[in-house]
Amino acid sequence: MIDILWVFAKVAGALGFGMNWAAFLGWVERKQSAVMQDRIGANRADILGFRLIGLIHIIADPIKLFTKEDFVPAGVRKTFHLLAPSISLGFPLLALAAFPYGGNVSFLGRSWSLQPVESPMGLVLVLAMVAVGIHGVVMAGYASNSYYGLLGGMRGAGQMIAYEVCLATTMAGAVFLYGTLDLAAAAAWQARMIGGVLPAWGVVFQPVGFILFLVAGTALTKRTPFDLPEGESEIVGYHVEYSGMKFGMFMMTDLIESVVVACLGVTLFLGGWHVPFLPPSLPFLGPMLEGPVMACLMLGAFTAKVALVLFLLMQVRWTLPRFRFDQLLDLGWKNILPLALANFLLTAWAIYLAKAWGVRLWP
Amino acid sequence: MTVRPVSRPERGWQVQIYLLEVVYGLGVTFRHFFTNLWRHSAALAGLKTEPGAVTIQYPEDPPALGVRARTRHRILSRPDGTPRCTACLLCETICPARCIRITAEESPDPLIEKRAKTFDLDLGLCVFCGYCVEACPVDAIRMDTNDLRIPSFDRRGMIWSLDKLMGKG
Ligand code: SF4
Ligand code: SF4
Repeated sequence: MIDILWVFAKVAGALGFGMNWAAFLGWVERKQSAVMQDRIGANRADILGFRLIGLIHIIADPIKLFTKEDFVPAGVRKTFHLLAPSISLGFPLLALAAFPYGGNVSFLGRSWSLQPVESPMGLVLVLAMVAVGIHGVVMAGYASNSYYGLLGGMRGAGQMIAYEVCLATTMAGAVFLYGTLDLAAAAAWQARMIGGVLPAWGVVFQPVGFILFLVAGTALTKRTPFDLPEGESEIVGYHVEYSGMKFGMFMMTDLIESVVVACLGVTLFLGGWHVPFLPPSLPFLGPMLEGPVMACLMLGAFTAKVALVLFLLMQVRWTLPRFRFDQLLDLGWKNILPLALANFLLTAWAIYLAKAWGVRLWP
Repeated sequence: MTVRPVSRPERGWQVQIYLLEVVYGLGVTFRHFFTNLWRHSAALAGLKTEPGAVTIQYPEDPPALGVRARTRHRILSRPDGTPRCTACLLCETICPARCIRITAEESPDPLIEKRAKTFDLDLGLCVFCGYCVEACPVDAIRMDTNDLRIPSFDRRGMIWSLDKLMGKG
């Protein structure tokens, strides 16, 4: 009983993690771009005169989206038109349940895991959920009964399938190193120090893999410089025929996918919940305090790392201009994929040699 | 015909692989970000720094207008207070937006031939080209009021009469 309740609590927590990040990223997006471009950014919404440096816009935006007319054009395929935003947003949200937000902590005489869905196939689960999310994009384009929407959906499918393949390949090296598809085990593998100074994070062993992962991940989220499926300012995309909160859901999808990619990057390359220079247990805090304090530290570390990656992704989004579609596919199929495969082969070879020579890399 | 050869920009491999250029671009934007962030925080803390943003928050801050900005028109007056306009209709003729409507009448002053009985300028149509100012032979109309608060809730309110343009009511 308590196990089921705990799983429910964790899943709700993961959902809240994603949704709050998405809302907060709306603010970050505006303010970060504004500060970077010598502007001020949205700061007009207020409650009783309190503007809170534009944070009130987080509340104002959904109110606006929810109260707008939800216009469904004549001629759309109604079922799919309705289903598409839910699929697009829902499955990346599901993927968030698979991440280890912290390791195991002991409290009240038992061990509590901080991973909502403890699956030995966690990584596959995440990739599958993100891949199903693509269907939302294609479905939206198809159901709109509009050429622009359809073309946008096709661009989206071409791009996201290409980069889904790339993403999986860029992670192959790291996965091979950890020898597991279990995200919790992968994080646990990295949760130690090499020689007491260098954290054994994936990025130390897989720098090329990490850079390629970031590029492929950015492309998967369909955000600038890879925002060809939507391109809301110039080329219209798959959500032309959507309005109101359905449109808002598509916009949120991009942010949620950014969070998913950031979580994945943190889990596989930045040590997950690992806090450097922290001993694995803090017995001096006593049995009542140790578990919760450890949990808070792990969750804090994970969140801070995710914030860092999101900050970087956001900066990239506001720095680079959009690619052309052929450049985009060239980058994916002809550059990232071969490089990622080479990285994987080199990693495999290095691991073989390390094992043959008895180098101790593994815990 | 002269031909000016333009050399194509040299792009070495370090530009072609794009990754280094991305890092360089990120360096520029990060520099801006952190400089401005520091300036904003310093301003919040009450320190004196350069402003972190070039934004002018218009209704609260005064607008920054150029010295030669063309803004709302005004009609100048003679020393005795009558309008300088001689109702020559040159401004009405040149106005590309056709937003000036003048009716002329005889002037009681024998030295002046005509004067404007009505002078209506529809600021809602005006494109602020300044041709009327250039056309006026007696320098009666100028666009140097630096007044931006001309909007009105209906179109009629955008039509300014002679009195309003002279700053009388
Ligand atoms: S500024 Fe141009 S458009 Fe406006 S009244 Fe003068 S001539 Fe007409
Ligand atoms: S050009 Fe000058 S003088 Fe002639 S009608 Fe216009 S404002 Fe009056």
